[in-house]
Amino acid sequence: MMEWVDTLIQGVLLGGLYALFAIGLSITYGVMRVVNIAHGDFMVLAAYLALWPVTHLQMHPFLAIVPVVVLMFCLGYTVQRLMLNRTMGPNFLAPMLLTFGLSVILRNGLQQVYHADSRSLQIGDLAIDSLHIGSSLAIGAFPLIVFVTSLTLTAATSLLFSQTRIGIALRATSDDPETAGLMGIRASHTYAIALGLAFALVTVGGVFAGIRTTFSPESGPATLLYAFEAVVIGGMGSLWGTFAGSIILGVAQGVGANFGAGFGVLAGHLVFLAVLFFRPTGLLARTQ
Amino acid sequence: MLQVRNLVARYGDFQALFGVDFSLSQGQIVALIGANGAGKSTFLKSIAGQMPNKSGEIRFNSEEIGSLTADRVVRRGVSMAPEGRRLFRSLTVEENLRVGAFAGRSGRWTLDSVYALFPALRDKRRQSATALSGGQQQMVAIGRGLMSNPDLLMCDELSLGLSPAVVKDIYTAFPLIRAEGLSAIVVEQDIDVALRVADYVYCFMHGRVTLHGEPGALTKQQISAAYFGLEDKRQ
Repeated sequence: MMEWVDTLIQGVLLGGLYALFAIGLSITYGVMRVVNIAHGDFMVLAAYLALWPVTHLQMHPFLAIVPVVVLMFCLGYTVQRLMLNRTMGPNFLAPMLLTFGLSVILRNGLQQVYHADSRSLQIGDLAIDSLHIGSSLAIGAFPLIVFVTSLTLTAATSLLFSQTRIGIALRATSDDPETAGLMGIRASHTYAIALGLAFALVTVGGVFAGIRTTFSPESGPATLLYAFEAVVIGGMGSLWGTFAGSIILGVAQGVGANFGAGFGVLAGHLVFLAVLFFRPTGLLARTQ
Repeated sequence: MLQVRNLVARYGDFQALFGVDFSLSQGQIVALIGANGAGKSTFLKSIAGQMPNKSGEIRFNSEEIGSLTADRVVRRGVSMAPEGRRLFRSLTVEENLRVGAFAGRSGRWTLDSVYALFPALRDKRRQSATALSGGQQQMVAIGRGLMSNPDLLMCDELSLGLSPAVVKDIYTAFPLIRAEGLSAIVVEQDIDVALRVADYVYCFMHGRVTLHGEPGALTKQQISAAYFGLEDKRQ
């Protein structure tokens, strides 16, 4: 019994990390209807960018998140403004192909600069600290920090969309970019903010993932797959749906792993397929 | 205030406007009438910056606006309630109105003054804009247009899909709107309504202006000739 409770808790905490991978992808799709194939590779880039201040300035990885988030926001803004905006239009394939190209370039570029070795970010004893609940249950301090951060950022992003001026502009542009233009909203700028925001959020996920395990220039596609599955399970374009989808994916992987080391990822894929089959719009779809 | 000279507009190979001349002075309400596909909506879109125009064709407050994009045109004081209302469906009524103010022009139109103009909207301000009745949606569209505190408000097909009683309700707001010196261009299918509310009327046919004048100076025969392209038998 306690073993299952433990599995469930670890799954939920893992799901929190997946939510950090997935929310940026959800925003990109929700606002621009673009599936960013390079999402995972940009996340890996963020982890490598954090590596520099951590190794050269002995900065704590948590602290290194701050400058890298700013840098990645600017990068996201620029990528959208200079490249993706040129491909926006009725043909959804054009932006997708562009991000596919960016993914290839990023992977090979990282390979060239950092070589194929796996790296990781170290946080010392915090990585193995845990909170004991009762005699048989222990919750890792780091996974808990990841989960709370993820929950907080999801709530903050959700508030940004519902309460702020830029959030209203993002939703209006997502609904109808042409009419938003009549209100003085420039879609090119709004889209760029959306991608900047997506990159900023995935940076947090990238650094946390780099602390939890290791990363290499080839880590991107697997991350993209988890993020994509979480977004589809939760329902395209819904932030809390994406969060819920991430938790479901995390729990499914945790339960699967209980049956054997190789079954964790497989169980996640099976849940994803089941949702696609029985409820293709996802569990909490915002738009039909 | 607004001068349009020899305006030409195309959708790809299809030419929608063939050299339209138009002018409007401060405080005037001008109605555009004409059959479907006559080019009225294209004309409004050209002014609003939703069509690519050549420079030098549209002047507003003695400034060239023909080559500007829509988000820049609205900052100069031209706003539009587009055809089919085009409310933002994931926004509430109040958020739709607030978006209207994003162009950053201050003036007398605020949430409060729009609610005073259309009291029915105040109770529904937290509802999704698309949950309202057609007439109330049109009020939101007009209110949203006013929120940018424009010098010129353009309303495309105000009465489309609305009952005559609701149309009358909406037009009763017009004297209140124009009391502030606001100019307006309305596209109106109902010729009687157009002649009643407007100071000046332009009739479009096949992308050209076929008739224009003050409502009192136009006869029914002239209008039907310009509207349908029928020959006036008595001449």
